[in-house]
Amino acid sequence: MSDKKENTPMVNTGEYFTSGNLAVAEGSLAAGCKFFGGYPITPSSEVAEHMSIKLPQTNGHFVQFEDEIASIASILGASWGGWKSMTATSGPGYSLMLENIGLGIMTETPCIIVNVQRGGPSTGLPTLVGQQDIQQARWGSHGDYEIIALSPNSVQECFDLAITAFNLAEEYRVPVTILMDETIGHMSEKLIIPEEDKIKIVNRKKPTDEADGHLPYKAGEDLIPPMAVAGEGYNVMTTGLTHDERGYPALEADAQKVLLTRLLDKIRKNKDKIIMLEEYMLDDAEVAIVVLSSAAGTAKAAVDKLRAEGKKVGVLRPRLFRPFPHKEIAEALQDVKAVCVLDRADSMNDFGGPLFSETRSALYDLEKTPKVFGRIFGLGGRDFKVPDAEDVFTELFKVLKTGKIEKLNGYITI
Amino acid sequence: MATLKQLAEKEELFTGGHRLCAGCGIPQIIRLILRSVGENCSVVGTTATGCLEVGTSIYPYSSWRIPWIHSAFENASATMTGIEAAYNALKRKGKIAKDKEIKFLAMGGDGGTYDIGFQALSGALERGQDFVYLCYDNGAYMNTGIQRSSATPFGSATTTSPAGSAIPGKTQWRKDLTRIVAAHNIPYAAQASAHNWKDLQRKAERAFAVKGPAFLNVVSPCPLGWYSKPELSMETAKLAVETCYWPIYEIDEGVLKVNYKPKEKKPIEEWLKLQGRFKHLFKEENKGLLKEFQDRIDLEWARLLDLDGKHI
Repeated sequence: MSDKKENTPMVNTGEYFTSGNLAVAEGSLAAGCKFFGGYPITPSSEVAEHMSIKLPQTNGHFVQFEDEIASIASILGASWGGWKSMTATSGPGYSLMLENIGLGIMTETPCIIVNVQRGGPSTGLPTLVGQQDIQQARWGSHGDYEIIALSPNSVQECFDLAITAFNLAEEYRVPVTILMDETIGHMSEKLIIPEEDKIKIVNRKKPTDEADGHLPYKAGEDLIPPMAVAGEGYNVMTTGLTHDERGYPALEADAQKVLLTRLLDKIRKNKDKIIMLEEYMLDDAEVAIVVLSSAAGTAKAAVDKLRAEGKKVGVLRPRLFRPFPHKEIAEALQDVKAVCVLDRADSMNDFGGPLFSETRSALYDLEKTPKVFGRIFGLGGRDFKVPDAEDVFTELFKVLKTGKIEKLNGYITI
Repeated sequence: MATLKQLAEKEELFTGGHRLCAGCGIPQIIRLILRSVGENCSVVGTTATGCLEVGTSIYPYSSWRIPWIHSAFENASATMTGIEAAYNALKRKGKIAKDKEIKFLAMGGDGGTYDIGFQALSGALERGQDFVYLCYDNGAYMNTGIQRSSATPFGSATTTSPAGSAIPGKTQWRKDLTRIVAAHNIPYAAQASAHNWKDLQRKAERAFAVKGPAFLNVVSPCPLGWYSKPELSMETAKLAVETCYWPIYEIDEGVLKVNYKPKEKKPIEEWLKLQGRFKHLFKEENKGLLKEFQDRIDLEWARLLDLDGKHI
């Protein structure tokens, strides 16, 4: 396979009517993914199925493993072999992958994990939508780390963010999770795959120094070490233990400080370049909904309806959950007077959902802090419909009028 | 061994009305096995994620008239270890009568047994856990949409080993799990088929009777994933045995016995042609694969016959 190391993209330019699962697979192929290691799990299996058809046609490689632990381990290995690699899974499978995601962070291995979320905990609701895995995406693996977790809200964005995910993984040498959900995964919409030369592709930085004396974990000012591929002549030495620039285990507190600071800072100091948000009708909005993923489309439809009635409403949709856009959210909502944060996940702290907690904290230091409350919607895989979003806006206007939040947190649609 | 009449008169521990597909081999395997638990014995079951679990336990119904626990996909054997330990503790404390016989039955499909559940299974076998493990082997991940497993037959088209220009279906031979399990030197391991109730029942009775781990690997037709006719399920299972794709044999206290030797071994095509998953193998360009399939079966059957009656 002569082009094995080239990560040649497979761009199927054209217009399609297809599902999010197929779109994320097509986006990955277009980004140059050559290796898929996976294990069947509803509602993500179509991603694997599509890759099992496409990869063998492009000198790529598809392997179905005996479980999710092997699947994620294989994509780390494939990445060290020079390939862009990915897996796709859902709730229980993601749980099994968490240890190796931590290994990917520690060894700075670019790879992609698509998580088509279903309802949990445990086996939960395999065929129904959920978004509780965002908890795991932010702190599922053990130890301190920064990671990137993207959140698409349409079939087109599944394709687009797959490319972004590969680019970010390659640039920052970090595993990137794409937090889809069952609704987007199985929903069919229009997908436009652009021409190959319109797609921006980032490939990992390679070492240019002499092979002799090369230090695999020595980073420059950008904090990201160039990545040699096993077999190219450079010393490849990688370990899950705390290590020094040589890649050798170094179990002193100082070594931990140096390594950990760099692993955190390479993401934190580049947040401006990584963070993406969609602001919808926020410019003059008095009240706004903050929401991730598939439900954002519904909220935007409610905004269209209410705007036609002259009401100043808007939606803020972070297009990623990690790193969290604290500063950007505060900027976007600084002139809004009342905000409702919608989560499709409860939390473990009895204080609202994960997006609510982080958003409220982000707004705390604003000069004129808006009134913020949270609502947890769609548990049990229930639909979130336009009238549900309208009800949220009605509540927001009530808060605006009275200046009081009667209930800080609560459930809706159940 | 109970007669068919006696079996029929026994209390049904697995009820009708479950949601397994028409023509699925699993329900009759389970019914027969639960009927093979000795008189005055109680049985506790745990089932790994899969068709059997989903098809028998969706709220608000249950098909189980025994205490039944759904484990995760990968650990029915480990869960059963905990259950058994807890029951034994209750016996020691006198909260359950010491002479009460309780049998422990762990169940999983081929995905939950050959693949993701293999480590837990191997661990329980090595520890000498006193339980029966039943694998219903329908040769792929049918519950999630027919993806290949390590039990999937050579040449079979699945959604992750699609037959096309790059590969002619699955390119690997299936894992010989029964022999791998037997290599743990457990008291009893057997291969059986859904169509042969008498053989299966005898094996189940033996599995429940032995002290220590016992393993039953039962081929289970799946019209959905095999692309076969539901009304021909038992015939399809029978042909798996008649062609020697799925020999029925047992390894009892280390001695291997082939339980059925067809008078005339049928060519593998007889079994393959009933199943759409092998359709592509009958194309002109795949003739070589059919021969490869047959040769491998001939070889494995000859090896098995060599071991017949021997201590392995």
